[in-house]
Amino acid sequence: MKARVTVTLKSGILDPQGKAIEGALKSLGVGGVSSVRQGKVFDIEFDGADRAGAEAVLKTAAEKLLANTVIENYRIEVTG
Amino acid sequence: MKSAIIIFPGINRERDMARALTLISGRAPAVVWHAASELPAGTDLVVIPGGFSYGDYLRCGAIAARAPIMDAVRAFAAKGGLVLAVCNGFQIACEAGLLPGVLMRNAQLRFICRDVYLRVERSDTAFTRGYNAGQVIRVPVAHGEGNYIADGETIARLEGEGGVVFRYSSPDGMVDPNWNHNGAMNAIAGIINERGNVLGMMPHPEDHVEASMGRTDGRGLFAGLVDHFKLAA
Repeated sequence: MKARVTVTLKSGILDPQGKAIEGALKSLGVGGVSSVRQGKVFDIEFDGADRAGAEAVLKTAAEKLLANTVIENYRIEVTG
Repeated sequence: MKSAIIIFPGINRERDMARALTLISGRAPAVVWHAASELPAGTDLVVIPGGFSYGDYLRCGAIAARAPIMDAVRAFAAKGGLVLAVCNGFQIACEAGLLPGVLMRNAQLRFICRDVYLRVERSDTAFTRGYNAGQVIRVPVAHGEGNYIADGETIARLEGEGGVVFRYSSPDGMVDPNWNHNGAMNAIAGIINERGNVLGMMPHPEDHVEASMGRTDGRGLFAGLVDHFKLAA
């Protein structure tokens, strides 16, 4: 079973890297971009097929390590 | 003063710290590996030094903060033991929940390696009794992620209860965006917890402790700690 955890900065947290990427896109002439926020993606594989169990494990993983919940939100998707 | 330096893979400033502690306290620190589960008996001061623990993977300090020894450090701090966390150590202490807030990428995205001026905000802590409140000291910084941030409530609490111990300033002690090298909120360079026993700071006081280093402004921090334990004994 496969899953993806996406970690993004909470709104209101300044993201200097996202700002730099936004600036680079502008200087490349890529138009219409009003804002860029950088995040992280974790692709995780599981043995077995217990979907509810996997979601619980991923929640623990996200809370304990993958995200710093002071500044970051996370989203869990079990992709099958 | 019996001190213990905690080492994680990728930490690289432990020898500077050990040298400063040995020079000023007259006693070499114990060195404790991250996989240990206990601190040496009778430890007075735990020091988490600078470096790049685990290559700064995931987030600076995130993986070190979950190492086995950190449970012992948290228990030590919970009993009132003194913890000094410098640079990557500060990042680790925040990730470990010993101090509030987070150290984000420097606002201008550059690694900064230079001397900075710090205004000492309090002289009534175990770590800063060697200085006068309002005194300006000059010590080096070397970091890419030193931009301190926390939510508004935390900042208000820190400011309200004297949690801010060091602030980036001009040589004459003025706090000004031009002297706030990494863009930290309220120019915060170092904070202390409410109980006054855990101090985290981005700059390196251990790098200005001998005449041969050019300056000795960092000595006050270590000399103050030695005095603290002398008086307590």
